[in-house]
Order: sequence, then C-alpha cells, then structure tokens
Amino acid sequence: MIRETKVMQMAEAPNIPDELEVRAKWGDFKFTPANEKLAKWQIAKYPEGRQKSAVMALLDLAQRQVGADTETQGWLPVPVIEYVAAYLDMPYMRAYEVATFYTMYNLAPVGRFHVQVCGTTPCMLRGSDDVMAACKNKGMAKGKTTPDGLFTLTEVECMGNCSNAPMVQINDDNYEDLDYDIMTRILEDLADGKEISVGSQIGRKTSEPKGGPVVLKEMVKANHDYRKEW
Amino acid sequence: MAFDFLQDKDRIFTNVYGFQSWDLKAAQKRGDWDNTADIIKRGNDKIINEMKESGLRGRGGAGFPTGLKWSFMPKESPDGRPSFLVINADESEPGSCKDREILRNDPHKLIEGALIAGFAMRARAAYIYIRGEYIIEAKVMEAAVKEAYDAGLIGKNAAKSGYDFDVFVHRGAGAYICGEETAMIESLEGKKGQPRLKPPFPAGAGLYGCPTTVNNVESIAVVPTILRRGASWFASFGRENNHGTKLFQVSGHVEKPAVFEEAMSIPFKDMIEKHCGGITGGWDNLLAVIPGGSSVPLVPAEQIMDAPMDFDGLSALKSGLGTAAVIVMDKSTDIVRAISRLSYFYKHESCGQCTPCREGTGWMWRVMERLRDGDATIEEIDTLHEVTKQVEGHTICALGDAAAWPIQGLIRHFRPELERRIRENAGSEPVMEAAE
Repeated sequence: MIRETKVMQMAEAPNIPDELEVRAKWGDFKFTPANEKLAKWQIAKYPEGRQKSAVMALLDLAQRQVGADTETQGWLPVPVIEYVAAYLDMPYMRAYEVATFYTMYNLAPVGRFHVQVCGTTPCMLRGSDDVMAACKNKGMAKGKTTPDGLFTLTEVECMGNCSNAPMVQINDDNYEDLDYDIMTRILEDLADGKEISVGSQIGRKTSEPKGGPVVLKEMVKANHDYRKEW
Repeated sequence: MAFDFLQDKDRIFTNVYGFQSWDLKAAQKRGDWDNTADIIKRGNDKIINEMKESGLRGRGGAGFPTGLKWSFMPKESPDGRPSFLVINADESEPGSCKDREILRNDPHKLIEGALIAGFAMRARAAYIYIRGEYIIEAKVMEAAVKEAYDAGLIGKNAAKSGYDFDVFVHRGAGAYICGEETAMIESLEGKKGQPRLKPPFPAGAGLYGCPTTVNNVESIAVVPTILRRGASWFASFGRENNHGTKLFQVSGHVEKPAVFEEAMSIPFKDMIEKHCGGITGGWDNLLAVIPGGSSVPLVPAEQIMDAPMDFDGLSALKSGLGTAAVIVMDKSTDIVRAISRLSYFYKHESCGQCTPCREGTGWMWRVMERLRDGDATIEEIDTLHEVTKQVEGHTICALGDAAAWPIQGLIRHFRPELERRIRENAGSEPVMEAAE
C-alpha cells in the first residue's frame, strides 16, 4: 500500500515475527463463544452470500481477542487471518489484502498501550511536536515498543479531532487538548495503572469553545426544546 | 452591514456539544422522530422536490445538490435489484471534525434522516460507514440504531409508515481513501478501499452492483429538520446557490478552536470573532487560512478576512468550502512545513492504484521537504508546479487533485518565501528582509 522510500521509514515497517513461532502459538486460534456471537451478528448485517463484507469487522474482533490474550491492543498473526478468511469462506489472500491495506490492523505485536499521536497539520499547528517530544522523553521511539512492553509509539494521520488538537489515541480512547506536561502526566498515569479521564484534558465537554459555549447555552443545563420558538 | 448570526432556535444540531444525552428519549424531547410517518406519507417525489428547493448542497466536500443526487436513483427495479443508501461517516479530511459530533451527540437525527432519505430514493437499507478511529462514536451509533429498532422506528413498517427499512453500522479500519464514494463501496464489500472507475456511477451500479447513493452524514442528518420546517426556511440562510446552515470546524491558531453551526455565507472575520475569540495575537498576526479541509488551496490573510464562507465565495478565491473545516495559521507558522505535512498525509493515504498519484505524492512530498530548508534550486519550484499539474486530473479519484492543490496554493501565494529560503540556503545572494 505505502511506498516507503526513505531509510528513516524502513524502521516504521512492521517487523513480522518468525512464522514457525507464530504458528506454534496461534495455529489453533478460534473465536471465543462470545466473539462467535458477535461475528455472526456482524455477518447478518449483509445480504446472503455477501458475508465477505464482514471481513473488516471480524479482523477487528480477532485482533481484539488476540489483544485480550496478550494484554495489549492486539495484532493479527498470519494463522489468525487465515482463520478469519476460512470463517468467511474467502481466499486467504483477499483477507490478507484487507489486513495490510488498513492502518488499524497491527501486523506485528504492540505494547500494552498503543500510543497513536496525530501529527497532521491541524495538530501540528497546536503543538503535536511537544506531544511527540513527551513520548520520546519517556523512552519511546516511533514504530517501536518500549523494552518493558508497556508502550508502542506510532505517528498517525488526522484522527478527526481537529478542534480539540493536539490529540492522541491510546488503544480505544482519545485524549484531547494536550500539551507537553499533560501528555507526560497521561503516560505516567497509564504506567502506574491509574484511571484517567478521556476526552478533553482542559475541561471542555466536547468541541465547544474553551470556557463554555457561546451559543446554545440553554442546552448546558437542560434538554431544551427549541421548537416552541420556531 | 452586520451579518445576521444564526439564532439558537434555527440550529439543527442543538445537542452538538453533547451536554445532553444522545439517547432516544432525549432526542425525541428535542424534536427528533416527531411523527416521521407523516413526512414519509408525502411521497417520494414531494420529498425530493422539497430537498431540491431547500438548496441543500452535499456537506461532504463536493457540494453537489443533494435532492438532485437522489433523483438519479431508479424509480423502479425491473431486474429485482434493491437500492442502497450509504452514509459516509469516514470523516478523515484533515481539519474536519463535525460528523463526529453528530455521530456521538445527535445520532437519532442521522437515523431518522436515513429512513426519510432512504424512502425518498427507494432504498431498502442504509449502511453507515464510520471511520475505524471513531470507536466511541461507532458504539453510540450502534446503540442508537438498536434503540430505534426496539422502538419500531426502523425495520419492518418503520415508524408506522408502511415502509420497510434497515440501518446498519459498518466500521472502517483506517484509510482516508474510503471517504471517496466508490472506495467506500469497495470497502463495504470487504475489499481494499481502492476507488472504481466511473462510469458506471453508483446510482446505476454501486454496492453489490445495485443502485446506490452515497451521502455525507451532515447532508442526511439535516433532512428531517428541513422537511419539518420547510424548504423556504432552510433556503432563507446564505446567499443564492449557497443556502442553509452548516457545521463549521475551526482549528489551528485561533484563541478558542470550536465546532459550531452557522448560517452559510458568514464572513470569515465575523465567524472567528464570534465563535473562536479571534486570531492568536490579533488580526495583524494572521498569515493564511485553509478554509475547507486540507485538500483546498490556502488563502492569504488579506483575501480571506471579508470573504463569505460558502461554496461560491471561496471558489472565487481559487479555494473551496470543502467540508467547512477551517485551518487557521498565524505568522508563527512555518507555512512550507504546514503544507509539506499535508503532502506527507497524501503520500501516506494514496491507495497506490494510479501511478501519477502513487509516485507523485511521494515525489512531491520529498521536494516539499527540501523546500522547507531551501535545499533546492529556483527552477525546482516550477518543476514541482508542473508535476502537480501532471498529477491533477490524471487519476481515478480526486486524491491526486487533493494532493496537488495545497502545493499549488502555496506556490501561488508564497513563492517569494520559497525563493527566499533557497537563496538563504545557497548563501549566494544577500539575505533580503521582507519590507513590511
């Protein structure tokens, strides 16, 4: 999918583990009963004979199951992709194509926390360099997992939180309105196993202006029905 | 003349900030799902005509008239193929973050809109394609869909209208290109998201080879309110050909970045003053603005100040409204780096199908990186411009164009800055101070 042309970026290419080892560990992979139920529910969203449409959902499900087993965000070993392909009665290569095309499928193991710092222009303008620096000063390197297995650092492209920039997505959660100090604290709290509130870190509810909304003020306190004023 | 700011009573997305619950009960209190069957009973043609009259243009970037788009769908199916509505919630354009607020704070507006739009275009189901990174948003959407099914609002005899209609949520997994409508269809079919050649257009052969319309989240979510309040209400906002209200998203160097709904055609300066607390360091500190998401060319400060924020106003400045994602840059910005970072984005997101884009995006980014430090010759600026012209319009989808335009905008407006860096780096000419 991506043409890597600079030596610098070769380091970001996934380092897929040895196949024999992977097969020994994941060769017997199958969905847990709970995930089997979810898989069937996903497949039922599509017309009969179009079960292949569920490949993205099932790869995600499989990655999450691997994650639960390894206490990480999870990744997709080849035998797991094979299992999903067989489950949907599609050629392995078609499933592998999907796994390699989309960035959210990890093709190599990741750490307990997958720290995905957005570096695209809207975040860059508001200080994503500082967020990245906070990660690096905690011993992280782009595309690498820390030796204690706690953090994997990735620079990602626009995550769609631009009015709350800069931001980071760590596993399933977004942390927004960051700066160097806030990011450092988040990483320390995660390492200490502390609970952290997700979303804006400077007290915004969502994407209203800092300090409170300038419009729709009635909505802050009550579920106002504006139809009376139409 | 002062601009008439949009009043709260005329906002469609009253829960845009999520201070109140997204759930069905709360949404109904705000007016959603209020006698939806009555709207449906007006009939397909009446709904489509009303949408045409409202002047709604697609909110996903291209600005194609929504009602007209629906009218391309077949009125009957001689071969028994069903029709589909696909809702594009793959919001990935750098700067855009409006659909996210609809998905997580006002999901029932989208589901109700899906039913009405689906009925109008005679679709049997809607697939809502949500970008993979919107994890919480997809969870809320799934829960809202379930609520709607449980309440009989969708499914068999949806909302007691006599029409059967299903709504499904499909999650992406990280690929900007899936926001392109045919790539989205490929992805929905379980493949790599690589755009298809058109024709055939999706209205003829789209998802599973069936007639399909792809609409942006905001385009669909505004439908119920437009039909309740009437086309003339919606058309009363904004200039001719640019009607309606719109979710704007401001990021970058303003005092208070925010998402908010405003009337179309609001002047840039008024918008920033009212909703974002002004530019950091004051208006004299404004350098340039990307007014419609990363794909559109930047506009220098002096041109954008009084510009109306709408489709025609911004295209007159050789830029565009796009998704109304406004990226503001003050004078502290390294403008070459800001654009180069976008070039990197397009290099990263090119699907690799067409050679001009696959090779061109990487090439353009590498040259842009050298231009950041002035490590180039003056002639290379012209070569770069030439290459952007070779990429633009020579690819299956618009990603090639989107990669080319920001660079063209930079060269158009900031060529002296590019040349200054080159001269400074070469050290062959005296460093010139800008006469300000």
